[in-house]
Amino acid sequence: MKLGALTLALLTPFALHAQESIIVQSTTSTANSGLYDYLLPIFTEETGITVNVVAVGTGQAIKNAANCDGDVLLVHAKPAEEKFVAEGGGTMRTDLMYNDFVIVGPAGDPAGVGGMTDVEAALKTISESGAIFASRGDDSGTHKKEVALWNAAGVDPKAGSGEWYRETGSGMGATLNAGIGMGAYVMTDRATWINFGNKQDYTIAVQGDEDMFNQYGVIPVNPAKCPNVNVDAAQSFADWLISAEGQEAIAGYKVDGQQLFFPNAPK
Amino acid sequence: MQDFGEAFALAFGLVLSPTGDLAEIVGLSLRVSLTATVLACLLGLPLGALLATARFRGRGAVLVFVNALMGLPPVVVGLLVYLSLSRAGPLGFLGLLYTSTAMIVAQTVLITPIVAALSRQILEDLNDEYAEQFRALCLTRWQSVQALLWDGRYALLTVALAGFGRAVAEVGAVMIVGGNIDHLTRVMTTAIALETSKGELALALALGMILMAIALGVNALVQSLRLSAERQAAHA
Repeated sequence: MKLGALTLALLTPFALHAQESIIVQSTTSTANSGLYDYLLPIFTEETGITVNVVAVGTGQAIKNAANCDGDVLLVHAKPAEEKFVAEGGGTMRTDLMYNDFVIVGPAGDPAGVGGMTDVEAALKTISESGAIFASRGDDSGTHKKEVALWNAAGVDPKAGSGEWYRETGSGMGATLNAGIGMGAYVMTDRATWINFGNKQDYTIAVQGDEDMFNQYGVIPVNPAKCPNVNVDAAQSFADWLISAEGQEAIAGYKVDGQQLFFPNAPK
Repeated sequence: MQDFGEAFALAFGLVLSPTGDLAEIVGLSLRVSLTATVLACLLGLPLGALLATARFRGRGAVLVFVNALMGLPPVVVGLLVYLSLSRAGPLGFLGLLYTSTAMIVAQTVLITPIVAALSRQILEDLNDEYAEQFRALCLTRWQSVQALLWDGRYALLTVALAGFGRAVAEVGAVMIVGGNIDHLTRVMTTAIALETSKGELALALALGMILMAIALGVNALVQSLRLSAERQAAHA
């Protein structure tokens, strides 16, 4: 009996502590764009729950969540997210918000795609022009999207891998740094681009195609598969994000007067 | 390259009026890497001393192996520790992933071979010098190891500094097992990597300069401790 009480006393602070924090496995764009710095203090103030963000590529985030190393998944690759839920990794996927992808390029615009709004045509033009294109090449949400767009454009960029098609195998920021360093076109989400500090002479060359739509989803990790999950806190975070209040907070995040994410959770 | 000038200005600004965040990140860097260095010395020095004094079959192969481990890539150590500490891994029940403890574990794994291999070389040279005296005094293995560790303490301090330098400078391992979580597991190197990926190159470089200054400070501190100890020993 005494031993039981002692064990309880020893474990309680940890249990309480665990109740108060969750780990979010997240894509990098939401972190790099500063969204969390804006959003999380509001949530923490209201609920007392601390949110710890591990920002990695979508592919790695899903893998980490599948290993039960997180309470909530917040990424942007719908087919992969749906597969994750179907395999029992998460309880339910909800549309959270969107922004869009853009293709940025150097001021000289060597491929002459500046101002194009048809992304497939623009990619085809870039591939034929001999201009360089820097790809994430890391199985992230952005990379998956880029590969799908190349497919739609009927171009196999892998044929030019190492020549005009450069796969950096790293995050969005690192790829932008590398791409800008070699004068390459780069596809990036708009939020990361607006917030990016090393733009040099780069501007947005291609934007406005519906195919460049970038949907983010939120998924609480499934406690049936991962008993260590902090269910209540994870659920209240997901619920708050898609609530009217959370959605309003997302819409309220602006950099240089520009809104970065557009909430679109089902009402 | 105006980035250099900007970085210097930023670094000075940060040092002159440090923010709470910076102090927290610097503090965690020091805590993690110094703890890992102490643990690596506790494990690596006895191992090095053992390898220096013992003669056994396969010793050559063990030495090659330990020396090779000095070249362990941090990202590989990070992966191994991640796979062990992940909830899906064998030690997942401990719930240590994404904590400073996990980062200490990873850095300890990374630098223990460095401490063991370098101390083995130093102690073996010393042992060759002392071997006859040890035999004459009929010292046990443990007593000779103690004598070697004590007499080689200043050289071993440099070994510890080499281990600390490697630990405080690496980014691959702590990024994977710590997750670079703000206010929880963010250290100098992961903060530098993050600012680089945000394209804030001047700020990243400024943080790098501060990290260098800290490494310089730790080395200077150790050096002055060593000099004053030597002076005292000379007077004694």
